[in-house]
Amino acid sequence: MRIKNHPIISFVEKKEVNFRFDGKNLRGQAGEPIAAALHNAGIKVLRHSPRHNRPRGFFCAIGNCSSCLMVVDGKPNVKICVTPLQEGMRVEYQEGKGDIDAGN
Amino acid sequence: MLKNNGVPSREELTEVKPSRERLQQGPVVIVECIQEIPCDPCYYACPRGAFYPFSDINSKPEIDYDKCNGCSICIANCPGLAVFVVDFTYSEEEGLLQIPYELTPLPEKGEEVVTLNRSGEEIGTGRVVKVLNTKKQDRTAIVSVAVPKEILMEARHIKLRREGQ
Amino acid sequence: MLETDLAIVGAGPAGLAAALEAANRGSNVIILERDEWLGGQLIKQTHQFFGSKNEFAGMRGVDIASHFTELVEQEKKIKVFKGATALGYYEDGVLTAAYKRGMLKIKPRTLLIAAGALEKMIPFINNDLPGVYGAGAVQTLMNVYGIAPGERVLMVGAGNIGLIVSYQLMQAGIEVEAIIEAAPQVGGYWVHASKIRRMGVPIKTRHTILKARGTREVEGAQICEIDENWDPLPGTEKEVSVDTICLAVGLSPMVELLWQAGCQMQLSPHLGGYVPVRNGNLETTVEGVFIAGDVAGIEEATSAILEGQLAGLAAAQKIGFEVEEEKIQSIKANLKTLRAGPVGEHIRQGLAGVER
Repeated sequence: MRIKNHPIISFVEKKEVNFRFDGKNLRGQAGEPIAAALHNAGIKVLRHSPRHNRPRGFFCAIGNCSSCLMVVDGKPNVKICVTPLQEGMRVEYQEGKGDIDAGN
Repeated sequence: MLKNNGVPSREELTEVKPSRERLQQGPVVIVECIQEIPCDPCYYACPRGAFYPFSDINSKPEIDYDKCNGCSICIANCPGLAVFVVDFTYSEEEGLLQIPYELTPLPEKGEEVVTLNRSGEEIGTGRVVKVLNTKKQDRTAIVSVAVPKEILMEARHIKLRREGQ
Repeated sequence: MLETDLAIVGAGPAGLAAALEAANRGSNVIILERDEWLGGQLIKQTHQFFGSKNEFAGMRGVDIASHFTELVEQEKKIKVFKGATALGYYEDGVLTAAYKRGMLKIKPRTLLIAAGALEKMIPFINNDLPGVYGAGAVQTLMNVYGIAPGERVLMVGAGNIGLIVSYQLMQAGIEVEAIIEAAPQVGGYWVHASKIRRMGVPIKTRHTILKARGTREVEGAQICEIDENWDPLPGTEKEVSVDTICLAVGLSPMVELLWQAGCQMQLSPHLGGYVPVRNGNLETTVEGVFIAGDVAGIEEATSAILEGQLAGLAAAQKIGFEVEEEKIQSIKANLKTLRAGPVGEHIRQGLAGVER
């Protein structure tokens, strides 16, 4: 959910863009991290741990922890908490450790 | 006690309370800053020099209550939002409480609000008399609320009664 | 290969303050910043800063960030690389960084590492569930991107970060169920505690979290009281209904680069973990490598700014730029004053063990 009113910060609304997530059409703001757009759409599970298949979500928000690795436009292991959203992006869940050749 | 739960005890509050006589004379500041922390903007904020100079930045603020006229400038200048102004001479039954307020939406003049004590418990109602929110306050608005005198020393926050609040 | 008088890793308050001081004395400066913005954690801070009026007290962190950013961007002697992650500093004096799918190589005459800190984690059942966030992540999501992390939050930790982030959550219109703290006392400034208490948020000291509830996402948490030995007290378990658990259980210095560079390191619980041994000018045991801010020991932003200024000047002085000794002494004196009170005690103790 986007924070509409804030006593201290004025959030600048950016251009709306369309992107695809897991086969669905979603909207977000251009340039915000993909993770922010997904969180706003209520999507909290971002991947599953490779060994125990446990759900993982947004955690550090600054590209440290690898809790949010997804496949973006065919490229695996993208840290979506620090990757800006662009019009037409394809964002997908990643299977296991991700196939490095898949994007090429 | 402050250190255990963030709520000052009677004893802790005695330390920051102006004298009974001073309270009866008109608006005066109450600085609920009861811990030695490195901070000094209040001293620089006061145009009347009511805050004694800090001998050490970690000292607690000390106030010359005779110099303070309750102008409220220091309220928005305290990073800890620990400064309040009370006025027991506001009217026969009511006192005036001035508090820092950094939430949205802001209350409006004339609005009836719930008053909360230092533990966040509802202790009555009050009427908003003034909302000061200019560039000078830098987004820490100063809300003046008329409250029954009995709760003037207890009320320290307000809650709006609007739909969905 | 790029050459410069001073390379700085990290554009938070320490790094920016250092860059400005060093450039002011004539140094050419290169700043490497992993993020796409300058200011580090300052840009998430909506509250007014404590400290001395002479060092930005009373200004909001986010405004201090813009102030510094503007000054740094105007200064022609400072070159900033955003989106650049420092990788290593080697025996031949070369610093490398990943940048735009390639690598930067820099040969700086002096190096300042101001990489900041990492959030700590605590063990409890299901602490990996989506909906369990670090306090920094909550701040980023809410104050930088404008997205609410959830509707109802359990805050773990009543240090300054836990208290401040709780208040920021309320400012964003998000409910805070409670703040729990394992210690018997509130660790942060009491004024921060008071301002959220009067908004109705309880602070439960001597409490801990046992488990997060939920299968795919956080749906609640089980908390309990702990005894003097920090063990859970059976029978005191309580369920709370929250969709977000925010961890504010401390920071540890981000010192990987300093280990790699061969600096002598020392464990200092008072300073948050392993930190480099340093001299009074914040120079490490590897000559020409300086530190400032949270990598030197976890502290407040005001001291990070002062440490940055000190390290920036000391680095400039080291390679022959003119720096008045009085200026260096006055910054040291300010730092000392800032740390002189009861809340600075652990810093004083920590520093006593790592300064040579």
